[in-house]
Amino acid sequence: MHEMALCEGIIGIVEEEARKRSFLRVKAVCLEIGALSHVAPDAMQFCFEAVAARTIAQGARLEIIATPGTAWCMACSQNVEIKQRYEPCPSCGSYQLQVTGGEEMRVKELEVD
Amino acid sequence: MSSDRIIQIERDILGKNDRLAADNRARFRADGVLAFNLVSSPGAGKTSLLVRTVSELKDSFPIGVIEGDQQTSNDAERIRATGVPAIQVNTGKGCHLDAAMVGEAYDRLPWLNGGVVFIENVGNLVCPAAFDLGEACKIVVFSTTEGEDKPLKYPDMFAASALMLINKIDLAPVLDFDLARTIEYARRVNPRIEVLTVSARTGEGFLAFYAWLRKRASKAKPAEMTAAE
Repeated sequence: MHEMALCEGIIGIVEEEARKRSFLRVKAVCLEIGALSHVAPDAMQFCFEAVAARTIAQGARLEIIATPGTAWCMACSQNVEIKQRYEPCPSCGSYQLQVTGGEEMRVKELEVD
Repeated sequence: MSSDRIIQIERDILGKNDRLAADNRARFRADGVLAFNLVSSPGAGKTSLLVRTVSELKDSFPIGVIEGDQQTSNDAERIRATGVPAIQVNTGKGCHLDAAMVGEAYDRLPWLNGGVVFIENVGNLVCPAAFDLGEACKIVVFSTTEGEDKPLKYPDMFAASALMLINKIDLAPVLDFDLARTIEYARRVNPRIEVLTVSARTGEGFLAFYAWLRKRASKAKPAEMTAAE
């Protein structure tokens, strides 16, 4: 359940930004989560509510933008989209794939007042 | 400032851990220390493997061990019984080690000038994949008593590791373990992963593992650890 630790990281970032930019309340937190990252979005929603309680982000909406997994296929020399790490290249069937995107776990923006 | 506004921040959720991991990495480099992060499911044999490894290598170069478990100091005690210093980190409810825990544990180890620190992570094939500790690389220990398709079930960990040590290879005949299939599945997830077979019980395969460690060391720092042979 590392989603708990990740949510603590999110709240840490939100509180730091609140001090820097002096806002008092967070209404929404928008995340960018890659398909190949270490996050289950449902677990994230569940943990976020618990971790945000009694912080500046209490009751805030968590929005998750899912970004696709992409890889460079060494066999057919092109960028392809994959949903899981163990998938073959959708174009030629090779497993010689180098992941190029979709690993991000980022706080993208905040809606504050 | 009462009106709603959107602020762009674009910050990595694990940014704090990654910064602390970078600090650890810089300290390891300054001390000429090579750090390995051992990960596996519970019961794959990480501690038995480490007990044999540190017993057989402790006269070649300085070694320290950082042991992560939710509870108990049993594993650190097993390592200390070999004469090698070990620090136990209890994560409590936590399911993985993070870079801050490793930095604090490293402070409490004696100076390992030009040696190796083995970090035994919490037995868990999920969460430790996400947390960089500052290690040179992750080594995933997989045992023949687990299903051959484990690399497909837990792809993140196999993707994050440089070496897969297949432990309990002495049991393979009894278990009808399919080595070729296991390796094929691991390479679907990570085409570059290296594979060695070992038995922590019999000692089979350990010379090849030590040669692998020395090869990593010579890549990281040409002079010290290889010369200590």
